[in-house]
Amino acid sequence: MGLDIRFPIGIMFTLIGLLLTVTGFVTGGDPAFYKISLGININLVWGIVLLLFGGLMWGFAILEKNKK
Amino acid sequence: MHQTAINLTFIDYSILGLYIAFVIGIGFALKRYMKTSADFFLSGRSIPAWVTGLAFLSANLGALELVGMAASGAKYGIATCHFYWVGAIPAMIFLAVFMMPFYYGSKARSVPEYLKLRFDERARAFNSISFAIMTVFASGISLNALAKLLNQLLGWEYNICLWVCSLIVLLYVLKGGLTSAIYTEVLQFFMIVLGFAPVVWLGLKDAGGWTSVKDKLAGVATDPVALNLVSDASKTFKPDAWTSAWTPLIAGPSQNPMGVDLFAMIFGLGFVLSFGYWCTNFLVVQRAMAAKDMTAARNTPLVAAVPKMLFPLLVILPGMIALALSATAGKEYRLPQAIITQARMTTTIASIKQSVSGGTDLAAAQENLSAKAGVSFNPAKVATLLKSPETLTVSDEKLAIRLQDAVVNDYDGVILSLVKRYCPTGLLGLALTALLASFMSGMAGNVTAFNTVWTYDLYQAYIAPDKSDDHYAWMGRMVTIVGILLSIGAAYFASMWSNAMDIIQLVFGFVNAPLFATFLLGMFWSRTTATGAFIGLVSGTTASALFHACTISQGNVPGVKGGYLAKLAVLPSDMAQNFWLASFAFTVCFVLTVVISLATKRTKSDEDLKGLVYSLTPKQIVTQAWYARPEFIGIVLLIVCIYFNYLFW
Repeated sequence: MGLDIRFPIGIMFTLIGLLLTVTGFVTGGDPAFYKISLGININLVWGIVLLLFGGLMWGFAILEKNKK
Repeated sequence: MHQTAINLTFIDYSILGLYIAFVIGIGFALKRYMKTSADFFLSGRSIPAWVTGLAFLSANLGALELVGMAASGAKYGIATCHFYWVGAIPAMIFLAVFMMPFYYGSKARSVPEYLKLRFDERARAFNSISFAIMTVFASGISLNALAKLLNQLLGWEYNICLWVCSLIVLLYVLKGGLTSAIYTEVLQFFMIVLGFAPVVWLGLKDAGGWTSVKDKLAGVATDPVALNLVSDASKTFKPDAWTSAWTPLIAGPSQNPMGVDLFAMIFGLGFVLSFGYWCTNFLVVQRAMAAKDMTAARNTPLVAAVPKMLFPLLVILPGMIALALSATAGKEYRLPQAIITQARMTTTIASIKQSVSGGTDLAAAQENLSAKAGVSFNPAKVATLLKSPETLTVSDEKLAIRLQDAVVNDYDGVILSLVKRYCPTGLLGLALTALLASFMSGMAGNVTAFNTVWTYDLYQAYIAPDKSDDHYAWMGRMVTIVGILLSIGAAYFASMWSNAMDIIQLVFGFVNAPLFATFLLGMFWSRTTATGAFIGLVSGTTASALFHACTISQGNVPGVKGGYLAKLAVLPSDMAQNFWLASFAFTVCFVLTVVISLATKRTKSDEDLKGLVYSLTPKQIVTQAWYARPEFIGIVLLIVCIYFNYLFW
């Protein structure tokens, strides 16, 4: 099938990762905000994880495309 | 989950919106590839194994599975892993190594169609009709559960949730057919994993790590009534009851919270039920059938087996964490319960005071209390309250706390109670999107399996044969809409008559229980005849209904839970009854199929059965290196799976 599913997955998680990372930066100075997540700025941490995952998917898709 | 609704912010809605835009977008992007009916129903058999493999897993991972596994994790502990490490994994490996060559090689377009090729129209009709009805009700039940959950959690309107969620699934399945369902299932798979993983991580950190969870659960096991885990005040377990998978099981049904014996677990769940589900259910097998070639088809369940083996970390561990937290002083966490409203509490308190002074009939007093409070109580705790003279003297406030404490646990609320506990704005949106994703993957799976079985096995076979391919492709789209509407109808039905729903699910349990015997004999014994298979299947189904009618599990009254004809056996728990029922139905179906096959003439020649039966199919010429063969990969996976069992022995 003509669509490589890694592209949409990569793009979507990159965008969501960006959203979370930015939220993490903006709210990072407010300890009360992260009281429920045990004081961890989970939006920043997980945003970066999602960015990495999205980038990886994207990278694989591009590699495959170049091979063809 | 019954407390105040939580508010989502702009960030949360943005994540949800992004996800919805992408799943619908994938449907539209695939539209231009949908030319023939084969494209729509079979994805033109063109998808790589890693994609079909993840879809195979995701289609099964509905919202109910996610919610239910966490619930069982709290209720039964690590023994819940048996559904994975004894049940699913061996069955998936068996499907890949032994069964897939016949499903894929026979060019059948569905599981019922395989039955027709191997036996005759009777087996196909029986299987396709029951399967079609079952998928509609299955997606209706999960649709109802999701809309209720969103309503309680976020305060969204029930009807809007129901229609909007269905509409999204309809849009992308209608546009891109099975391909679209499979592709979005892959995206949903990652969404579910990445959405829930941080919640589990935070929970584990909060509980002090795995060792600490184990310690806490050892305390819980020796006093299970404190957390309303059992209804018998004198019941205790050995400390490892929640944290060892096999030792409590070997010790016998009274020693493990599931109330199950070793035979029922291994034969009933591990063999009959799991192989019956994973190897014959078209919902999952359809994903493998869409693979691009035989190798990819056989690798599909193997690819799925790897994450499936690790899933207990994501779906069962949260339940155990929740239980450990509720046993830890200072964490201010309790397993979710229904809340007794202020108004009802007043009448309940009046009623319990009356019962203490007057009544001696405990059961009647309890039933009366439940009716007053509008919730179910743990019998052991209420009995203590009813017997204690202190109930009369203590203040109303204290009594209210004690009554609330006696309310049964709502295990299904466990996973969302953790989401609420740990997720700030942002992560909250992600976790809720993951919940929606799991629901949609399940529903799309049901809908695509339903439209294929309807169009090929019922419509083309019995209603309108010999039409053009365009006509069937059109029918597939129409029936996708009809299937979704029927699911919505089933959801409303479920919300209104939940008892009727229990009965319907029960009946499908009867139909599924003997199914694997028919496939096993059909695929591996060429002497099996069509008449033998059909009578065996129908008798197996009847046998399971009879078994249910004649047995009951401890503490249940005769009725929906069985035992309404006779009480020939009393089983230690519902789960044990279910496992034994399956074992019994399988055996009846197996024996009868063999006996009747030997007594009847074969209607199909060896030539007819080529590609359908193991011994009559020429061996494939193996082109892969030894380490890439499904047999080898299967053995490696099996060894890893055995190691996991050993690790949590």
